[in-house]
Amino acid sequence: MGIRFVLMVNKQGQTRLAQYYEWLTLEERRALEGEIVRKCLARAEQQCSFVEHRNYKIVYRRYASLFFLVGVDNDENELAILEFIHLLVETMDRHFGNVCELDIMFHLEKAHFMLEEMVMNGCIVETSKSSILTPVQLMDKTS
Amino acid sequence: MAGASLMDTLFQRSLEDLIKGMRQQLIGEPAFISKAMEEIRREIKSTDLSTKSTALLKLSYLSSLHFHDMSFADFHALEVLSSPRFAHKMIAYHAISLSFHDATPVLLLITNHLRKDLTSTNEYEVSLSLQCLSKIANVDLARDLTPEIFTLLSTSKVCVRKKAIGVVLRVFWKYPDAVRVCFKRLVENLENSDPQMVSAVVGVFCELASKDPRSYLPLAPEFYRILVDSRNNWVLIKVLKIFARLAPLEPRLAEKVVEPICDHMRRTVAKSLLFECVRTIVNSLSEYESAVKLAVVKIQEFLLDDDPNLKYLGLRALSTVAEKHLWAVLENKEIVIKSLSDVDPNIKVESLRLVMKMVSESNVAEISRVLLNYALKSGPEFCNKILASILSTCSRNVYEIIVDFDWYASLLGEMSRIPHCQKGEEIENQLIDIGMRVKDVRPKLAHVCRGLLIDPALLGNQFLHRILSAAAWVSGEYVEFSRNPFELVEALLQPRTILLLPAIRAIYIQSAFKVLTFCLHTYLLQNKGTTFSSWSDTLLPGVLSSDFYESLADLSVGNGPSVTVTPGHVSPSSLERNDLSYEYIVNMLNLVELAFGPLSGSNDVEIQDRAQNVLGFIDLIREKVLNSSVQKGNVSEGKDVEVADIVELMHHAFSEELGPVSISAQERVPLPDGLILKENLVDLEAICGDIGLPSSNSFPFESTSYKEEVGNSLSNLEIKEGLEQLNESTSLLAEHRKRHGLYYLPSDKSETISNDYPLANDPMSQDNATDDTNDLLKLAEQSFVPRRKSSHTKPRPVVVKLDNGDEIPIASRKSEPKDDSLSDAVRDVLLGSEAIIRTSSQSNLSDKPPNKRKGKEKQHRDIHEELKENLVDDRNPSSRRSRHRRHGKERRQRSPRKKNAEEGGDNGQKEKQKSSHPHGRHRQRADEPSNVAGQTSEVPDFLL
Repeated sequence: MGIRFVLMVNKQGQTRLAQYYEWLTLEERRALEGEIVRKCLARAEQQCSFVEHRNYKIVYRRYASLFFLVGVDNDENELAILEFIHLLVETMDRHFGNVCELDIMFHLEKAHFMLEEMVMNGCIVETSKSSILTPVQLMDKTS
Repeated sequence: MAGASLMDTLFQRSLEDLIKGMRQQLIGEPAFISKAMEEIRREIKSTDLSTKSTALLKLSYLSSLHFHDMSFADFHALEVLSSPRFAHKMIAYHAISLSFHDATPVLLLITNHLRKDLTSTNEYEVSLSLQCLSKIANVDLARDLTPEIFTLLSTSKVCVRKKAIGVVLRVFWKYPDAVRVCFKRLVENLENSDPQMVSAVVGVFCELASKDPRSYLPLAPEFYRILVDSRNNWVLIKVLKIFARLAPLEPRLAEKVVEPICDHMRRTVAKSLLFECVRTIVNSLSEYESAVKLAVVKIQEFLLDDDPNLKYLGLRALSTVAEKHLWAVLENKEIVIKSLSDVDPNIKVESLRLVMKMVSESNVAEISRVLLNYALKSGPEFCNKILASILSTCSRNVYEIIVDFDWYASLLGEMSRIPHCQKGEEIENQLIDIGMRVKDVRPKLAHVCRGLLIDPALLGNQFLHRILSAAAWVSGEYVEFSRNPFELVEALLQPRTILLLPAIRAIYIQSAFKVLTFCLHTYLLQNKGTTFSSWSDTLLPGVLSSDFYESLADLSVGNGPSVTVTPGHVSPSSLERNDLSYEYIVNMLNLVELAFGPLSGSNDVEIQDRAQNVLGFIDLIREKVLNSSVQKGNVSEGKDVEVADIVELMHHAFSEELGPVSISAQERVPLPDGLILKENLVDLEAICGDIGLPSSNSFPFESTSYKEEVGNSLSNLEIKEGLEQLNESTSLLAEHRKRHGLYYLPSDKSETISNDYPLANDPMSQDNATDDTNDLLKLAEQSFVPRRKSSHTKPRPVVVKLDNGDEIPIASRKSEPKDDSLSDAVRDVLLGSEAIIRTSSQSNLSDKPPNKRKGKEKQHRDIHEELKENLVDDRNPSSRRSRHRRHGKERRQRSPRKKNAEEGGDNGQKEKQKSSHPHGRHRQRADEPSNVAGQTSEVPDFLL
């Protein structure tokens, strides 16, 4: 499965984007997000970005007021996931121009769309920014 | 209606309005959202697709971020999906991939929509539907849409093809037979020159190989090419992951890839790739010394880096290396120990794991000292992690690494006093366990436990109660090593014991009882004078009575008791040899009576019962002890003998040594005549399903000694009788027996069998003990196998270890053949024989039900043996060559199917290996037995 979920959470612990690659019920999601957010947001900045949770790992990174949390299988490469998070942020940055929490709030479906271009079935399928953005931009134009 | 709908459309709030509104709302978020949900429920029924889609979009938002159920809109999502407008489709697909799952009722209705979009000329529609499929595909969807996906796997549109590759993974999982259709095309994409395509397809293979690596060995040459040629770090990481799975299966492959991996390690600047190389080496290629050395150098760089991420990963990697190359950890000892005080708890835990890996016989004391210091300084969480790892490391393999048990006993005592200590249960178990297993540690253990018991402060910490219960038990059981029994009784009866749980208080009472009996016994022995030596020899083999007296005499030097001294108490210093004075005993009896008086009315039955037993016992003997003592030294025989008998009986009961019982002891009991062991005991599970296997560490000492106590305090009552009564009187039990009579032994046998825990202390039953019981006793003795003695300056004491290990025996189970139709399918495809594909795919389609599986397993076993013979055959080089030739033929027959000759040849080579694996391939083999010998799991050299 590789990546199990991608979460974007603000400093207050409110979820701003949640993408799961395995089916979870709403209750499971609520519980999982609560646990993870509590666990990760409590950590200081000089601590490492990897947290073990249940039977998988969480790789997270903070950008300004937004935390990016990615749940991955145990044999996934943590550093590669950090790079993936960075790539995601750069991609959104390029599209929105200096992306901030509000951009994601008001264009949630676009953020989802970018993520879907990058990850399928928990596998990273695309890592080129322009390839990710081309369809998004085309859609912007047509609609 | 139309008017309402128009109104809805005109005044509908967009998602943006909703979000803005939510940020400015004054009525509270839940109220605001429920109002919005009301609107959505109304709007989504609108006939206007724009209104509907906007409502759906808002609903998706609320569901995704605020956990609102959107399953009511499943059908509406499908309606929006049928809209010709792309924007609507997008919204619908987004909603569907969020909310649909295998149990969604309308899932089947989506098939045609998806098919239409998959074949659309608009590539964005195609990729939308592919994305959606990758989330929601179930068996039916995967099966029905396989042809469309097959077509898309070779489309010229890059962005579509790459997504088709991504979808394949889910399709294979859900519907393994799709492999037979799509696998070839997937492999072809591996050879694609477009890096995007390779990236996607390698990701898929990485996932596939993680489930069943063996099936993908034939593709190793392709992966190898990518490993050497690719410059894309993402792809390389994935390929490395594949090789990490494949290398252990095929040594020659491992040898081939180790050099390129080292090259990457030396060359790359990307930390992620570097780390993946390191991880691959330490996980899968750890037998290549030079590669490991290089990896350790890189790990060291990670450890010294300021980035906590790298440090953490370095420690992780190091603990993997440690399994086989402990030198790597020792080399980095300083960094590891220093990391124990890192700011990051995760790093601390990792370094703790590593420190524990370094522990050995020679340094366990030193390391434990260091760790205990860290534990004192740390917060509760890490402190207990440290304690837990010390406890588990030291007790591993029945205290394998402990030489000095006296030291270990005091370490356990020290741990208990650490303020944050919450490991009561584990320490409790170990205190009792080492007491039982290691005879030599008992004096020290008794001393340590006394220290814990007499400290009233410890009673205030409820985490320590379990430890105190063990300490109480040890003090009672090994009272002969105690320097001052009176002090023990006081400690056991101190008022603060009210803070304990009733079950633990019961142990306290029981221990006090034991101490009391011991003292009475010693006192009476004293007065008997002449018979003293013979008594102690016969009755107390393990008890060093003379030591006891010496220690009593020593007490003036030893540490004085910190408990309050009751008036009339004979101070320890006044005790001299042979002087367990009359006052001493009377004081003790008084103290016990005083303390137990109120307890006999306790609400808890355990406490009440025990207290009353003790009081009864005191009543029985008090008068006589007192009378006899009036005529000190000049005992009137008749009276005293009776008391002495009672006390002797009691003492005998308590001095019987309790040892660990082998978990398999019962197996060695000979099968009694007439006992029919039913073959299938499945229905037994229904009766005792919730009774777990007793853990080897738990000894039923409490219950037995309790029985003993009851039996003996009623002195002449026959225990056997009592047991029988117990067995038969309860109507419930009788009913149970009636219902499940099958599992009970015939009642005339029950007497001997139910005694499988022999009542060792009962003199009467021992006289006429049956052979069975004797056998059991013998068995118990035999099972105590002394451990090897190590050549240390201080010899390691004997640790009683049960011969077959203390682990709960894991039923030796064969590695179950997985019902993995996906791997079967993959192998079939790589095998490539068309005829087989067709027949087996058909059979697979229809024959899924489980009854087939059983047959398969049976077949599997036969074939397993067959295979063994074949493997022997394979050693013969000539047979191998002939096999190659045959495969060559097969290849030629098949090659016309290939697009071009060269590619066909390539694939043919791959197919040649066709990986016959110890499991899984039975179907074909059963079909064509002639082929069986020809299949081995190997990657021919020339491919690499």
